[in-house]
Amino acid sequence: MTEHLPALQVVIPLMAAPLCALLRPGRIAWMLAMTACTLCLLIAALLLERVLAEGVISYAMGNWPAPWGIEYRIDTVNAYMLLLVTMIGAVVMAFARPTLEQRAHLSKRKQPWFYTTYLLCLTGLLGMIITGDAFNVFVFLEISSLSSYVLISIGRDRRALTAAYQYLIMGTIGATFILIGIGFLYVMTGTLNMLDLAARLPAVADTRTVRAAFAFLTIGISLKLALFPLHLWLPNAYAYAPSAVTAFLAATATKVAIYVMLRFFFTIFGAQFSFETMGLDAILLPLALAGIFSASVVAIFQTNVKRMLAYSSVAQIGYMILGISLVSVTGLTATISHLFNHALMKGTLFMALGCVSYQIGAVRLDRLAGIGRTMPWTMGAFVIGGLSLIGVPLTAGFVSKWLLILGALERGWWPVALLVLLTSLLAVIYIWRVVEVAYFRPAPEDRKIGEAPLVLLIPTWTLALANLYFGLDTSLNAGVARLAAQSLLGVTQ
Amino acid sequence: MVTALAVIRLRDLFAVIMLFGIYSLLSASLFVVLDAVDVAFTEASVGAGIATVFMLGTLALTKSREKIPAAHKQVLPLLAVLGTGAVLIYGTSDIPYYGDPSNPIHHHVAPRYLEGSATEIGVPNVVSAVLASYRGYDTLGETTVVFTAAIGVLVLIGGARRPHSEESPRSDPKQELMKQYSILRLITKLLLPLILLFALYVQFHGDFGPGGGFQAGVIFAAGFVLYALVYGLDQARQIMPPWLLRIGISLGVLIYAGVGVAGILLGGAFLDYGVLDPHDPMHGQHLGIFLVELGVGITVSAVMISIFYAFAGRGR
Amino acid sequence: MQILGLYNYWIFIVLMMCGFYVVISRGNLVKKLVGLNIFQTSVFILYISMGKIIGGTAPILTETATVYSNPVPHVLILTAIVVGIATTALGLALVVRINEAYGTIEEDEIHAQSEDEAL
Repeated sequence: MTEHLPALQVVIPLMAAPLCALLRPGRIAWMLAMTACTLCLLIAALLLERVLAEGVISYAMGNWPAPWGIEYRIDTVNAYMLLLVTMIGAVVMAFARPTLEQRAHLSKRKQPWFYTTYLLCLTGLLGMIITGDAFNVFVFLEISSLSSYVLISIGRDRRALTAAYQYLIMGTIGATFILIGIGFLYVMTGTLNMLDLAARLPAVADTRTVRAAFAFLTIGISLKLALFPLHLWLPNAYAYAPSAVTAFLAATATKVAIYVMLRFFFTIFGAQFSFETMGLDAILLPLALAGIFSASVVAIFQTNVKRMLAYSSVAQIGYMILGISLVSVTGLTATISHLFNHALMKGTLFMALGCVSYQIGAVRLDRLAGIGRTMPWTMGAFVIGGLSLIGVPLTAGFVSKWLLILGALERGWWPVALLVLLTSLLAVIYIWRVVEVAYFRPAPEDRKIGEAPLVLLIPTWTLALANLYFGLDTSLNAGVARLAAQSLLGVTQ
Repeated sequence: MVTALAVIRLRDLFAVIMLFGIYSLLSASLFVVLDAVDVAFTEASVGAGIATVFMLGTLALTKSREKIPAAHKQVLPLLAVLGTGAVLIYGTSDIPYYGDPSNPIHHHVAPRYLEGSATEIGVPNVVSAVLASYRGYDTLGETTVVFTAAIGVLVLIGGARRPHSEESPRSDPKQELMKQYSILRLITKLLLPLILLFALYVQFHGDFGPGGGFQAGVIFAAGFVLYALVYGLDQARQIMPPWLLRIGISLGVLIYAGVGVAGILLGGAFLDYGVLDPHDPMHGQHLGIFLVELGVGITVSAVMISIFYAFAGRGR
Repeated sequence: MQILGLYNYWIFIVLMMCGFYVVISRGNLVKKLVGLNIFQTSVFILYISMGKIIGGTAPILTETATVYSNPVPHVLILTAIVVGIATTALGLALVVRINEAYGTIEEDEIHAQSEDEAL
């Protein structure tokens, strides 16, 4: 069976989803979904191990050889991404059940459908990562997008509905732009397979059609990954979605979009075309810096903590794009490493907030007064996540910040490196605002709340400890990330 | 194509949606001219049929007049649109000419499908062969998208808003009105079997002529929607109860993916239909495509009817 | 040849701009979805135009025909149409819910109500 692992990676959640829709009550559906998530995680780990040992794995769907059939192609980059997404998927799935049951976002009858939608979202993300076919990316992109619109709209606040609608419009425009881009590429080359595209593009690279395709793909993907200034859908979507959904989407969805961007820029178009011919770095660099700076500043003035972290996500995406625009092995390693680390820290932070909202029903800053003492474990995890977000040494966040600064200095761009440090100080400010309120303001007398239940704390702390672990053992988030960066840039060591 | 321009100007949403239906029908005929019969079929049944019904269903639940937008908000969108248009004109100025057989698009991957599908799959309709076999995995994804949409709509507006407690046996005034149109009822009764039969024909004839699971599913659903419109939602629900639809939604996806897994179990790759019949791969391909199209048909028709029920049931 | 060869693509561009304009400039939620559909349909026309060969026929193998249009864009667009209707259905369901929650489907009125809530 091991040679079928690539197919099973996507097919297991895909088949578990309709089964979940049929199962009643919600608890049984959750058990099935949890099993599927765990299996996915195992498969992803096995795949990464095999890729590292044996090199690229190729799997032909329906046994039709590429480029006629659809090929699954797994190299270091996507094996690493698969592991990241399945890990977050499994942890957040464990977290999702109690929050869903307590707050009754959904009637009992509809709860299994939440798990179905969640699994579909996971299917879509995994499918986008693993595939070696440009059009297949679009199909799975739409699976993950449609399901994330639904997941967001489940939020209790009615603003969740408008946030989901806005995301649907922006997301569909983005997807259609990507479709136009793929169409232009197809008309010039006659193929949809990524490797085949990469091989045939240089011959026609000097045409206006290919340049327009590049522009459309860049804008389309940027919409999906919320690159400043196309990020407008993100803060509302994250702020009003249910906590578990925010944790899952913040840790995975934008990351996968960045992965797709890497794929198109480096594998299909090639670094030389993307950056030397099109001068993409000259566009990305200012956008990244502007995004980091403005989103960090806006984050400081938010009173809804979830919204604050959402703006912080926009800033963090800026760091990743900054890494891409350095166009060097170190810069790219920083990006890939930050994909992983940011998923860990934002997962921790949003899950800790989920615990808070589970207990007190709100995440407004003024309602958090004194909870540092009443909910020590929850806020402990929040602080760890916060430190990692700032980039304090010994946390995972430090690893990628360090690499990013190294990359900038390598290019001799010391103002950029300085700006990275400066904006980290902004992160200190907004995280400190929460810590100050939680630990140093007295709790209102009449409030009797205790610690969040263990079922919520265990997943939260799993990710919190991962933040610390990967701050010390960097073989995965820096070592493998470097291999991945090298393979993207086509550098052999 | 003037209809698209009219859509911008009109403020009456009802007319906008009608125009959109006409626009869809026009683009469907354009697709026929461009030799894409399968696509035309789908566009006609989806754009002019189901999408219009859904949109009208939404209007019935909301308002049908659009407010006049503030003028100052229109400058930025206009610039964005003109910018995009400029990039497109720039991009297409270099594109290979329309209809020229020497374009690269016709020379790399496509010829294999045209030449191979007769010998490798044995299905005359090349679109069906590519759809269900060569690129069958995309189609599985597509079925999953439809499934996702159905679950989403059910999560959002499935079930009645209020519990049925105060429901008295009073009948809908509109339904009473409908009862007077006996000719309409009679025609519906006559048409319904024909529509459903046509759907089955499209489903199973997709290998040879234009058609396939998706189109068949939509037509089947359209037949039911017609029935529900004339005879009332409750009567339609008795014939096609929601629980059956829920099973149908999932079942189709499971059939499709199950065929894929069967490929693995029989020693081939995922979605490898050739191994379904160990003696005759071509027969295996036939069987695989048949089952897969059936799965698509079941899911699509169940999804479309469920979504229609959801919209129609929300209003009361 | 220049004009004739690109004519179809120009139709696509005009339509695409119309649809896109409706999506981003209009405040009515239903109308935005109609615009989105026009926008997507225009892209379908782009793809199908790419696959056409003058003198070719529909890609259903017969004894008489020798030149067929390219089937691949047809397949891709079948998928895209399905994705489009799925998105539309979901968007409309959201509109219904928004109308229930806010009593309006105009973007600025919803916005005004949300502002009040934030204060």
